[in-house]
Amino acid sequence: MNLAITLLVAVALASIVGTVLQQNQPYGDYLMKFGPYWFEVFRALDLYDVYSAPWFLAIFTLLVVSTSACVIRNAPSMLREMFTYRSRVGENEIRAMREHVEWPHLPMSVEAAAIEGRRVLMDEGFKFKETRVKEGYLFSARKGSLQRLGYILTHVAIVVICIGGILDSRIWLSYQEFFGNLKVETRSIPLSQVPEESKVPATNPGFRGNVNVPEGSQSSVLFLNVRDGYVVQQLPFDVEVTDFRIEHYINGMPKSYESDLVVHDPKYPDKTVKATIAVNKPLIYKGYAIYQASFGDGGSRMQFNSWQLMGASAGTSQPVAGAVFQDMPFTVGDAKYTLELNDFRMFNINPVPDEHGKIQEKNFGPSVVFRMRDAAGQAREYENYMIPVVMEGRPVFISGMRDQVGGVMRFLYIPADRDNKMDTFMDFYHRLHDSVLIDQAVMSMLAEVNPEAAKLPAASDAIRSMVEKFVRGGYDAIGSDLEARVPKDQLERAFETSARVLQTVLSRMYVTMMEDRGVKDVGGEKDERFLADSVAAINAMVFYGAPIYLQMVSFEQIQASGLQITKSPGKNVVYFGSMLLIFGVFMLFYIHPRRTWILVRESERGARVLFATTSHRKTLDMAKASRLMHEAMVAKFGMEPTKAGLE
Amino acid sequence: MSANTNVLNSASGLPPLAKSAGRLADVFWLLVVIGVGLGGLFGFNGRMDVYEVSILIGAVAALAAVGWYWRGIRGLSIAVAALTAIALWRYGVHFGDQLSVGREALAAVQGKDFFLKFLVSSQSAIMWMSALYVGAAFTYFLALLTRTEYIGKIATALVWSATAFGLAGLFARWRESYLINVDYGHIPVSNLYEVFILFSVVTALIYLFYEGRFKTRALGGFVMLVISAAVGFLLWYTFDRGANVIQPLVPALNSYWMKIHVPANFVGYGAFAIAAMIGVAYLIKLKLGGDGERDMLPKLEVMDDLMYKSIALGFGFFTVATILGAMWAAEAWGGYWSWDPKETWALIVWLNYAAWLHLRLTKGWRGAPMAWWSVIGLFVTTFAFLGVNMFLSGLHSYGTL
Ligand code: HEM
Repeated sequence: MNLAITLLVAVALASIVGTVLQQNQPYGDYLMKFGPYWFEVFRALDLYDVYSAPWFLAIFTLLVVSTSACVIRNAPSMLREMFTYRSRVGENEIRAMREHVEWPHLPMSVEAAAIEGRRVLMDEGFKFKETRVKEGYLFSARKGSLQRLGYILTHVAIVVICIGGILDSRIWLSYQEFFGNLKVETRSIPLSQVPEESKVPATNPGFRGNVNVPEGSQSSVLFLNVRDGYVVQQLPFDVEVTDFRIEHYINGMPKSYESDLVVHDPKYPDKTVKATIAVNKPLIYKGYAIYQASFGDGGSRMQFNSWQLMGASAGTSQPVAGAVFQDMPFTVGDAKYTLELNDFRMFNINPVPDEHGKIQEKNFGPSVVFRMRDAAGQAREYENYMIPVVMEGRPVFISGMRDQVGGVMRFLYIPADRDNKMDTFMDFYHRLHDSVLIDQAVMSMLAEVNPEAAKLPAASDAIRSMVEKFVRGGYDAIGSDLEARVPKDQLERAFETSARVLQTVLSRMYVTMMEDRGVKDVGGEKDERFLADSVAAINAMVFYGAPIYLQMVSFEQIQASGLQITKSPGKNVVYFGSMLLIFGVFMLFYIHPRRTWILVRESERGARVLFATTSHRKTLDMAKASRLMHEAMVAKFGMEPTKAGLE
Repeated sequence: MSANTNVLNSASGLPPLAKSAGRLADVFWLLVVIGVGLGGLFGFNGRMDVYEVSILIGAVAALAAVGWYWRGIRGLSIAVAALTAIALWRYGVHFGDQLSVGREALAAVQGKDFFLKFLVSSQSAIMWMSALYVGAAFTYFLALLTRTEYIGKIATALVWSATAFGLAGLFARWRESYLINVDYGHIPVSNLYEVFILFSVVTALIYLFYEGRFKTRALGGFVMLVISAAVGFLLWYTFDRGANVIQPLVPALNSYWMKIHVPANFVGYGAFAIAAMIGVAYLIKLKLGGDGERDMLPKLEVMDDLMYKSIALGFGFFTVATILGAMWAAEAWGGYWSWDPKETWALIVWLNYAAWLHLRLTKGWRGAPMAWWSVIGLFVTTFAFLGVNMFLSGLHSYGTL
């Protein structure tokens, strides 16, 4: 018994470990978190997969064994007791019970007293047995014996549930792995390259795994995550996802998602099963349950404008096509890069303050997530939105950038032009890489404000070089250039002057460009804003650090349905055990077991009566019930007892 | 030992006329509840699936049964129905039979309609509930210290009213979720904010039951202390985090299972919380010298017994709730047990109380150690309830802070 309590607490404490430490994460994460020493210690203790750890299973097994032993030991006598009356108690035994009362002299016959006693037992709903004893009767009664059955059901239930759980556990896999028949794969490689020794045959009695199936494709395998890797579970059938649908709430949260499935079973080639599954609505096929678990991209195809951001061709674009999960190599100048398309997102709901400053959920529309990796293997992650988003009243193309996984996103906002396109900005950006055009603007500016200076090549050179510095390195570049040349106390003034000159040149170039583009009414607040936004964007290009800007122009979304498929031979066993448990627990608590004896015997002046109650469950309710019954007897006999052991 | 300790069936002491009038009231109660249930069944017929119909029937049967044995429930039901009816009436006046009107229109009406603004919109009802529970805590302690019966009665009345407002607030919220958007509509037991209201209400009800059954108000202040703590959290959560804003359900929660799994859980949590507070009262009394002549608190033995009863009740319901949770998980996540932190902590809570029950029933432990344990048990339970959401991540991350 002490063991039982200790084990209950032990299992509870052991379970805590697995909740505090996130289980089955990539081992690299643990290594980062704990350092090499503790990483190894924790690994040796199986802390990364506690619930499959031998030591954990050992405590659990001990609990099951001890509970079984307990039931086996107690059940026979309890069952016997449930159906028997203890009719062989003697007078002294009854008198020795704590809760007993005695009427030594009742002015009535033994028979009459017996009738009253019997009536009380019947009123109280007791089952009883009447035996003739010397000079009288003994009523041995019981009530609530089913409580004992409650004990048995509760404890048998625990054992049943644990057995069901074991049927569904990974014991079979662990066994195969232990004997070297199975090897956990930790590399992220295409299915076709997974070696045979990491594949589990369809005969595996119980499993639970996941697979992403793009619309229009099918799969006959699952991936079972094992510690820091996976094994491939083979299925005896193919699941095809013909269509995947997702519905959204108006605030953009997913509301429900569902897949149309076709199950192709080679055993029944002419009987394909079609079904639609959704979250909370799985398909059960021949003992396999197929769940809608998640969703993701299934290789959406996209068309891009790839805008050059560096060199003489900056601001020009070429069309490029790609698909999610595809890697595309490209070169800029001599530098080699790889573009890895990671995800396509149809909806992007973001909280944005509206004109009253209240936060509103707003859909930013489709986006593409990709990485750009340089020849050295360094990658930055980008997320580009397809459609311009109105921010502070102006439409902008948004691109987020982060230079490390999980890092903070920084944003580049490229202003969209009157046609809601990027062309004007890019044209401007292109012109800023053309020193001839810059020169023209500088010269015409100088000619206007200071004709003398216009004649000195040094002046125009200096201004042109400043513009070029800005285009390559932003305001920071101008700042550091000035710092190197100008005394500290004049730095601020010099910077202000430079910025003003820069602004003038850029404005001129902008106006020229707009005229070249055939725009009539250049000028006014709109153009000022556009120019300011463009300048801010160019300044931000410095941190953006990408050789190209990828502008999505069209897409064909292909979604993948995340399926979870399980085979769970123990499930019904567990459910059966659970039912036993519920019945058992409520029987244990709410059936109040009692035994009562009424002994009626002759006395000199009539009858004497002895009454006692016991229960193996001593609670106040029991004492109260006993008292009530005693009162009922007082009412029947018309007098108080002389001796009472009741409290 | 005397005849007036008979508290089990106090109705049997009534004169025959009153008795038959009581019987008539019982029958009338049944008819009303069943009538309302049928009204709901036919009124919403088109919108409920077979599971929801069964849940409605089950809920009506449970309410009828509980009210049959416990008359206090009848008055409460009427109060809740009346408050809810006022809310529905006011929404009806403004919106006619439009199913949904959007967040802004709803907020505008809530801001200008007198009844909604000050009484029965879910937000105001919850505020009333909060104030009344906290007031009840003070009043119970005042009654205890002054030994004044009628102050105690006021405290009890406060708890009943708070509970009526809490339940009416939940019902109004249910309607409001549809008013915001038909798609958002759901029973308000889906996030931490909503279940804290549920927790307060359920705990209060279990307490009220014991109060009537054992004829003592002495423990009321202690129980209201936990509820006040819950209310404190609720207010912080409302004003600091805006948690009262109604959000749509994530797909996994969109299931009839939620309607039974969550309430069952909260009977468990509520009962465990009461056991812990009785434990506190027990320990305080022990510290002050135990049973005496002019006791303010019930006899130690009685409190010990009540503590057992609460834990037994909680354990039973928690068992059911955990099993229902497992069945739901089997449907939503593909497995009845995933060792997700919330699941695992439910198991820990359950094992903890199983150990408690064993010690008491098989080893006969009583008194201070068990009282301490039930107080500690509340911390374990609170961690399962709140801590897991705050500190651990997993499949159950619906109600994060
Ligand atoms: C996971 C394991 C177990 C659980 C969840 C469990 C649960 C329970 C519960 C809920 C009760 C009810 C208490 C009552 O009201 O009577 C109980 C009683 C009892 N258990 Fe266990 N139990 C477990 C294991 C064991 C083991 C291993 C033993 C024996 C070594 C044991 C022996 C008993 C006994 C003797 C009673 C008292 C029955 C009575 O007084 O009517 N239990 N158990």
